[in-house]
Amino acid sequence: MRSLLLIFRREFAAYFATPLAAVFLAVFAAVATGMTFFVSSFFERAQADLSSLFTWQPWLLLVLMPAVGMRLWAEERRLGTIELLMTLPVSPWKFVFAKWLAAFTFAGLALVITMPMWITVNWLGSPDNGVIFASYIGAWLMAGAFLAIASCISALTKNQVLAFIGAVIAGFIFVMAGFDLVLAAVRPWAPDVIVQVIASMSFIGHFQRITDGVFEASALVFFISLIAFALWLNVQILDARKAA
Amino acid sequence: MAVGQALVETRALIKSFGPVRAVDGVSFTVGRGEVVGFLGPNGAGKSTTMKMIAGFLEPTSGYAFVAGFDSQRDPISARNRLGYLPEGAPAYPDMTVADFLAFVASMRGLSAQEGQRRLAELVESIDLAEVWNRRIEALSKGYKRRVGIAQALVHDPDVLILDEPTDGLDPNQKHEMRALIRTLAPTKAIIVSTHILEEVEAICTRAIVIARGKLLADGTPADFLAHAPHRDPSVTQLVKTTVLEDAFRHITLEQAGA
Repeated sequence: MRSLLLIFRREFAAYFATPLAAVFLAVFAAVATGMTFFVSSFFERAQADLSSLFTWQPWLLLVLMPAVGMRLWAEERRLGTIELLMTLPVSPWKFVFAKWLAAFTFAGLALVITMPMWITVNWLGSPDNGVIFASYIGAWLMAGAFLAIASCISALTKNQVLAFIGAVIAGFIFVMAGFDLVLAAVRPWAPDVIVQVIASMSFIGHFQRITDGVFEASALVFFISLIAFALWLNVQILDARKAA
Repeated sequence: MAVGQALVETRALIKSFGPVRAVDGVSFTVGRGEVVGFLGPNGAGKSTTMKMIAGFLEPTSGYAFVAGFDSQRDPISARNRLGYLPEGAPAYPDMTVADFLAFVASMRGLSAQEGQRRLAELVESIDLAEVWNRRIEALSKGYKRRVGIAQALVHDPDVLILDEPTDGLDPNQKHEMRALIRTLAPTKAIIVSTHILEEVEAICTRAIVIARGKLLADGTPADFLAHAPHRDPSVTQLVKTTVLEDAFRHITLEQAGA
């Protein structure tokens, strides 16, 4: 438990050791609000809710979460510090989990920064605060899933750019899974079950149900199990590279 | 302890990377009080062997033990007794020396007080006071290497594995590093890799020569010198070499079939 906390603290502090954190948080806030006002026309819709903010979240997180997660393992490999970590008397899963948790907390911070908009809509009208709260939780979990995927891919390389690109591509597949673009490519040859499974992997599908006000357990379970699986895979990758 | 007196033992250690056999059946033991110099040309398999002892790499076959604990099957027990300086002395550039060493100390399970006490000792013996609150990215090569040594010594381990501890140091720093290793020697088993041959004479009680993954010689520095071919004093050398260099060339080139 103590080592988990120590790794978490070091990792979280590492974001703030360089201007990276400030730049990232500023970009996140600017793009999130920019999309809300200019692309989704927050004012023209004349509705006191935040759906114009959340509509764009999957796409925003798809690009920005790999930027947070790409360094998690690739940087350790490039610096050589991975040799220090992996020869400390601590099991690898603790590093994997604590590193992810630090990135996840950082993502939470980025979401918190957009919260003045939540206050604003309450001032302009009377939104369904339950739905907004659930949407924030949903967005955070989705960010966690993107980060777990990014962490996993980061463990495969020492090149952060490659890790970023790989994580965006993998994330894109999950985002698009529910769209006809993907399903139409699978439908002609795969049995129905497979098509259903792929469709059920859709980030947008799960997230949309939450923002529509249907906060069901299945979406929670989906994101949490995906995170758990990706982190498990991350540990396996580290293990396999030991033997490579 | 499973292996009696030996603090480090390798048994027929083999590591293949694809078709390349980087380490090919290396077996040796190191006891307390010994400082073993790992010698060999670049790419001979020194670092790979050290990484397997440290448990960072998994052997393709064979075993490595630290204080009797198998580096692969009982990694936590083995690592608790091991201090390891990886090649290049990696450390987090964004941390200060103080924060980095405190981090390693607590990851090693030292309590806050114990850690403080231990770090205070190390600042003294490794001479880090001047850079204590400086970021690691701003350190000279010599100081970076010392931080790496401090990191390996934090928990006062029985076994020390140092991959090129004097690489990139100036002559004074080299001298200090060797003096430090010598003071540590009586209570520990130490393996030092190097391609600086005088180092072997200066600090090692034993030399192991590895080339192309194979262990070619294992003995005292004196045994090692005996490998040097007889030199005809009437022939003046074009390039001046020491007896040590002659011995090294003789052993490693003979294997290469030259």
